[in-house]
Amino acid sequence: MSQRIPEDPDLQARRAAQRARLAAHRGLATWGERLVPLATFQAASARAGRSLDSAARDAAVASFLAPRSDPTPVEGPFRRIAVCGGVYNNHYALAAWITAARQRGAEALYCLGDLGGFGPSPHKVWPLLEEHRVRVSQGNYEQSLASGREDCNCGYTDPRDNHFARLSYEYTAQRCSAAFKQWMGELPERRRVALHSPSGRRRELLLVHGSPRRVNEFLFESTTPAPYLEALLDQQQADAVLCTHSGLHWHRPLPSGRDLVNVGVLGRPANDGRTEVWFALLELDEPSGDLQVELCPLPYDHLALATEMRHERLPEEFVATIEQGWWTTCLEILPARERARGRF
Amino acid sequence: MTVPRVALGSLDTLWFQVAGTVCNLACTHCFISCSPTNRTHDMMSLEEVASHLEDATRLGVKEYYFTGGEPFLNPEMEAILEATLAVGPASVLTNGLLLDPARCQRLAALAAASEYSLDLRVSLDGYTAEGHDAIRGEGTFDRALEGIRHLHAAGLEPVITVTEVYDDNGSVAGKERFFSLMRELDIEHPRLKMMPVFQIGAEAERRGAYESWQRLRDEDAPADGWDHLQCSTCRMVTDQGVWVCPILVNEPSGKMGDRLADTLGDFPLAHPACWTCHVYGVTCRT
Repeated sequence: MSQRIPEDPDLQARRAAQRARLAAHRGLATWGERLVPLATFQAASARAGRSLDSAARDAAVASFLAPRSDPTPVEGPFRRIAVCGGVYNNHYALAAWITAARQRGAEALYCLGDLGGFGPSPHKVWPLLEEHRVRVSQGNYEQSLASGREDCNCGYTDPRDNHFARLSYEYTAQRCSAAFKQWMGELPERRRVALHSPSGRRRELLLVHGSPRRVNEFLFESTTPAPYLEALLDQQQADAVLCTHSGLHWHRPLPSGRDLVNVGVLGRPANDGRTEVWFALLELDEPSGDLQVELCPLPYDHLALATEMRHERLPEEFVATIEQGWWTTCLEILPARERARGRF
Repeated sequence: MTVPRVALGSLDTLWFQVAGTVCNLACTHCFISCSPTNRTHDMMSLEEVASHLEDATRLGVKEYYFTGGEPFLNPEMEAILEATLAVGPASVLTNGLLLDPARCQRLAALAAASEYSLDLRVSLDGYTAEGHDAIRGEGTFDRALEGIRHLHAAGLEPVITVTEVYDDNGSVAGKERFFSLMRELDIEHPRLKMMPVFQIGAEAERRGAYESWQRLRDEDAPADGWDHLQCSTCRMVTDQGVWVCPILVNEPSGKMGDRLADTLGDFPLAHPACWTCHVYGVTCRT
């Protein structure tokens, strides 16, 4: 195979000359395109920017990290809640989750958004949410559908990922009623929920889709470090952040006693070769008041889902994920460690 | 005409110019003209990096990136990675030439010992030796592929970074060529990172510098502001202080301060490279 390289008869000679010039830096610095004496560049860069004294630095950091005011009303308090992530049109898993959450004594049911994409029959999701009073927040999928965007806003560069993302987005967009889309547009981006324990301990959870900062930010276990989360929780004035969007469930208890919980998704398995999907149950430990996080695998009728997906002529690649538990698409988002655990 | 200014919303991504501008190659598209003798920025020591890491954890940095020059020319690079992986995920941008089997094994051990991700990004600027070597120097394609094989053998799968030095690199067909090249190398989990070229440094000589109209103006600001620019969430540390982003390190005007705490204010988007970031939606992170 050959690559289209612009023709240049003097290429060899020009390349050699350019490399010679590039390598001729001894004692010189590159300032933009110019070569200047190293001392000239260093003197200019020494003069540039600010150099605060230590008190001013402390003040700058404190103001940068200062808590942000947040008018989001606090819901609850509840003893125990069940929280799920992206549904991806998987109404079979959604129905199974509602049953499981009630059986486990959840007082309130929360869904963190991304209702559509991937699976079949988007119109079957909304009635379940309404009938069981699931408290839904807005994901990037709802934002895109409500505002008439042309894609899901996951930002892929791999043409294969883009192909499948576009295909499932268009499938969903064509099958959601105007009323459903309008309802999506009115969902809150964030919610605050209080948990309390019998002895009166109380913790406040911040529920978001991607991260508290951006609806489409991916929080993966191997790329979301503890110092980042501590600063984030200080700024957001919360005892825990609950999120989804990345598709993989995980929990990081922090040195300060606070928590980050990615509740996973109901829409497809967690790229682990199992067919179950995941959700979270949360309550406060007695008597410590610490947040107790249970990440729960949820079996559901995945064979019925696969049959319906085939009937809807959704790609075999998607159906294979449901049947085998390995992701076959949207793989580009995974960091090195999470990617290495999967089959593809 | 007023120059727009971008605020730092949060400091998510911290870059280190860990090898300065020193490189074992002299690529003809290098936006900071790195070469074996370019000491515009010099190597950083473990001690220097560690002191900035301390500031960074206080500021809630989410991820760390290392570049140069060629990072593995830095004799303390592996110790620097070990210190970094204790506080967060790390990515290294390399030309792949110094990835011998022993080093790859040591990197794999560092990755396994951390709870955070270690990512290696190897640059390929063409999917053939002819295309790649025209930019990076004779024989470098084969040597980079050798490095990728060694990473793969050690259980580390690199992200391939491709700049759009040729029009067809960034096309759908071009991307497919890079993916099939990775499959030929038995990489089971291929990942590709595309970057546009910046018309500064050596690249200005290769294909021309920016023209005067390629500047950002206040009226170019999207409705939700400049949050899409990487400088709203990143900073770059070199041996000479803290710069606004990984691109403008050869401009003293890109320097914002000596320590991270000096650089939490806003920055004027006056450089033509800022235009590229806006128009092409550039982020240097993976």
